[in-house]
Amino acid sequence: MTSGSATPAIVARGVGKSFGEHRVLDQVDLTVEEGTIFSLLGPNGAGKTTMVRILSTLIPADAGEIRVAGHDLRSEAAGVRAAIGVTGQFSAVDNLLTGAENLRLMADLRHLGRDKGRRRVRDLLERFDLTDAADKPLSTYSGGMRRRLDLAMTLVGDPRLIFLDEPTTGLDPRSRRTMWQIIGELVADGVTIFLTTQYLDEADRLADRIAVLDHGRIVAEGTPAELKRRIPGGHVELQLADPVALRQAAALLDVALPEDDKLALQVPGDGTLASLRRLLGQLDDAHVEVKDLSIHAPDLDDVFFAVTGHPTAEPTTEEALAR
Amino acid sequence: MTALAYTVTDSATMLRRNVKHQLRYPSVTLMLVGMPIVFLLLFVYVFGGQLGAGLGMHPHGDRTAYLTYVVPGILIMTVASAALGTALSVAMDMTEGIIDRFRTMAIARGAVLTGHVAGSLIQTIIGLAIVLGVALAIGYRPTAGPLDWVAAVGLLLLFALALVCFSAALGLAAKSVETASNTPMFLTLLPLLSSGFVPTDTMPGGLRQFAEYQPYTPVTQTVRGLLTGTPTGGHAIAAIAWSLGIAAVSYLWAVRLYNRRRAADPK
Repeated sequence: MTSGSATPAIVARGVGKSFGEHRVLDQVDLTVEEGTIFSLLGPNGAGKTTMVRILSTLIPADAGEIRVAGHDLRSEAAGVRAAIGVTGQFSAVDNLLTGAENLRLMADLRHLGRDKGRRRVRDLLERFDLTDAADKPLSTYSGGMRRRLDLAMTLVGDPRLIFLDEPTTGLDPRSRRTMWQIIGELVADGVTIFLTTQYLDEADRLADRIAVLDHGRIVAEGTPAELKRRIPGGHVELQLADPVALRQAAALLDVALPEDDKLALQVPGDGTLASLRRLLGQLDDAHVEVKDLSIHAPDLDDVFFAVTGHPTAEPTTEEALAR
Repeated sequence: MTALAYTVTDSATMLRRNVKHQLRYPSVTLMLVGMPIVFLLLFVYVFGGQLGAGLGMHPHGDRTAYLTYVVPGILIMTVASAALGTALSVAMDMTEGIIDRFRTMAIARGAVLTGHVAGSLIQTIIGLAIVLGVALAIGYRPTAGPLDWVAAVGLLLLFALALVCFSAALGLAAKSVETASNTPMFLTLLPLLSSGFVPTDTMPGGLRQFAEYQPYTPVTQTVRGLLTGTPTGGHAIAAIAWSLGIAAVSYLWAVRLYNRRRAADPK
């Protein structure tokens, strides 16, 4: 249903934002096409939430041109708000009301009218598996139920563009899969989704395009496949029997000794059978005893290391102050 | 729908939300209404005999005389007490994620605040009805005609609007819910430093001047005059002026605080 000539859902150019001396976003450019899932990937403190807060009209940017859903963010905020829905990482629900009352509140604020509002509430309760809990106070809801209600509230107004700020952070694996399934259904209905996440597998599974945000800058952008081509694969972790074997293996494979006192080495490699066989052969020939071996698929740390040259450690206070 | 119609609809929606909160947690309302009732009973039954003798103007019974004197002060204390709830509910709301959701939605400006203010006014009306009921039950006999009643209730609600707006601003200005529940406490104690509980001319110099010129006194005197026919001494205009002034300044302050909070929030 999207065509090449359609107006993009989001166009942002040169977005900058500082809180005091701390520069949170620096010259961020992005384009999100209608009907796609765009994922902003980055560690804690990269500026993802700030970007969502700017795009959803919560806070103004210091610099940059932004159009959301065809409206200028600065001069037509009301038009933007009418077109978007936001589900943040902290639940935006009314804790003193029941689930059904929360949805009803959204229906009233979207001016759906009595009958249409009631229908919409009932449908959403059913769709998000909340019918049984509809009239219970939110204090009885689990984390997953809360998150589902939160998203259901966002959907009451049929937004064409939905911001999901770390929608699965803190959820158990089952709730996480449910959330992925719901996101998939939304996109099938033609909704555009702007998703932030710290998890590469989540972005990989869901997104059409991924932008990697690091210290407020976009350091890589592309389809998941394009991005993964830039990652040199994962690593193999070797558990050695004793410190002597550890030093022997490190020298043999030319990798750095671990900084902690664990007897483990990380050897870059993609874990293919041939490379494993070569690795083990090398160790065998040198009579180094390996206790255990595990293969690690590329994760966010690897992406980061590949595109930024540094790991995803959060900036220390000193760094944050220096920025 | 026009912009005005949206403002009314959205404010009504927010009001419904606040009323639901009140109904779900009636303990807050009961606590706010309980305080003036405790003061009423304490002052009438513990101090009333002595204080009533001091009034020295009523034909029947010292305690009854004091009851007649003190009820307007208690009604104003009820108004102030209900206003305390506004600061609390506004401050609690600001800590909830739902406010951020409201801010990303196309909701009429000011609807959130208007909902709180209107909700507190309803709470005030309920509080006034209960306190008046208790006063009547223990022997309060106002002499007011229907028009006097309308005027007295009207003035009480206008003053309530002023205090509720002021309290809403205090709730927004507070850094924490604890601060918000403590700061407006003085509003409920000010009636003691007015003509609410004893005539101001029995007070020493400086205190007396304060009591005579602070806004609670003209409101108390006017309500007292309307309910039991004592002379209002031209206090009505001062009472209305104070109420309108406090309401207007506080409302503008509250709206400013609400909007600024959005811009500064670094989360």
